[in-house]
Amino acid sequence: MEGEALRLDGNAIAGTLGGMFVQDMTEARIACKGCGNVEPVGAEHAYVQAPGIVLRCSHCDEALLVMTRTAGRHRIWFPRSHWLEMGEPTDS
Amino acid sequence: MARAAVRGRLNWTLGEVVELIDETPRVRTIFLEVPEWPGHRAGQHVDVRLTAEDGYQAQRSYSIASAPEDGRLAITVERLPDGEVSEYLVGELRRGDKLELRGPIGGYFVWEARSDGPLLLVAGGSGIVPLMCMLRHRRASDGTVGARLLYSSRSWDEVIYRDELERLAAGSNGPEVIHTLTRSQPPGWKGYARRVDGAMLAEAAWATASMPMTFVCGPTSFVESVAGGLVLLGYPSNTVKTERFGPTGG
Amino acid sequence: MGYISRGFRGKRASDREDARLPPGQYLVDGFPVLSAGPTPHTPLDEWTFAIEDETTQLRTWSWEQFRALPSEDIRVDIHCVTKWSKLDTTWVGVSIDTLLEGVEHHATHVLAISEGDYTTNLPLEDVLDGQAWVAFAYDGQPLEAEHGGPARLLVPHLYFWKSAKWVRGLRLMDHDEPGFWESYGYHIYGDPWREQRYAGD
Repeated sequence: MEGEALRLDGNAIAGTLGGMFVQDMTEARIACKGCGNVEPVGAEHAYVQAPGIVLRCSHCDEALLVMTRTAGRHRIWFPRSHWLEMGEPTDS
Repeated sequence: MARAAVRGRLNWTLGEVVELIDETPRVRTIFLEVPEWPGHRAGQHVDVRLTAEDGYQAQRSYSIASAPEDGRLAITVERLPDGEVSEYLVGELRRGDKLELRGPIGGYFVWEARSDGPLLLVAGGSGIVPLMCMLRHRRASDGTVGARLLYSSRSWDEVIYRDELERLAAGSNGPEVIHTLTRSQPPGWKGYARRVDGAMLAEAAWATASMPMTFVCGPTSFVESVAGGLVLLGYPSNTVKTERFGPTGG
Repeated sequence: MGYISRGFRGKRASDREDARLPPGQYLVDGFPVLSAGPTPHTPLDEWTFAIEDETTQLRTWSWEQFRALPSEDIRVDIHCVTKWSKLDTTWVGVSIDTLLEGVEHHATHVLAISEGDYTTNLPLEDVLDGQAWVAFAYDGQPLEAEHGGPARLLVPHLYFWKSAKWVRGLRLMDHDEPGFWESYGYHIYGDPWREQRYAGD
């Protein structure tokens, strides 16, 4: 395996987030506390082969979101993100 | 408030396998009937979950291959060496079996035929699946924006949807399809015969002035190399959307 | 639990109960790669390993100096919190006992520090007396980057997230402090035989 084989895009966690939020989250924007960049979740880097899921800033690699699942409960942590922003949920 | 009902959270549902088509020796398309399927957009995917009798579970994501306009939902799966889920889907699954899935998923890596600008699609191996969905959607909606596909495969035999791509390209307003075969080429082959690199992108990609929308899909290393190459050509990074399939592909 | 998929078994090497498998684990054939972040690629001439306490660096080795230390062949079973296990894995590494030899300290715990933001905490007594190494070879080959190379911590009696990949140092502490996964709800100690996967188990 070369380079960053395990690095995926944020849309790799769309299903997991979609099971928790009312709408697709890959277009939600997330602001990085490390470098200040704002990107759609789908454009950030997802590491899903781990004890939990880590979404990292595509600019500076800081951990924006960490998701863990224990005893059927999902928890999302926001270690290095300022905010998560999404539009109104719609029918489409 | 007269707003349409809010779509509920994604839930697992059961689809029934109604047809199986072998695209190449290692790749199969699975057609599913999913009750109350809400429709999808080109580029979205489904999560598939398998459960063994003792409760062991494995889950993978697969891009939807069928156009939103098609009657049936289809996913195309490549059998990977040591792939416990792909091994099952390509080798064991039969018509009549049920498959647990949730979707459609993903709003970021999607393309709609009504979008502006020419379309550039760059596929590595099984990364062709969501991009083929986009081309099928374009065809079904009589889309006229320019479309170009650069498709990297190991050999001619391993080109997925090969014949259909030829037909699409030959149709009126059809996409331009450019193949590169990286490992072996048929006799008389005059096309590209190497991995996608900067020079190939410079020749095959749209001029940046035409403001294309670009989708790149395939193994992570392929996607990163191509996306990086496009940015070097001057493509603004927010116009290049990527879907990395991980180390081995979809 | 989901719909039972007819004919699906998964990649497990065997379903049988094995006395060497902790509860809830299954055997795998390959060596799964798990990662919480990008693979670092520090050139060996820039690599260092340090023993530090909370204020000072006490000892440091370059790659050459590290590789000149006495090393051992190791054969151990390893158990990942995501439920896969591998038996009889072989490694070569430098014992933590060797690295701490002659270091004056009053530590009760250590924090293993890796490239990037990954850390993991352990009681000091769990990394002494031949229980832990900094390993640089696996299965007869130099440790690959995807598996933590050039060197990773190896503490096989605990869940494998404690065997920090890309380790660059050990911080000697007089208290316990949760590392990366421990901060996100994973067990502070992580004994696979008591199935201590999550905090509160």
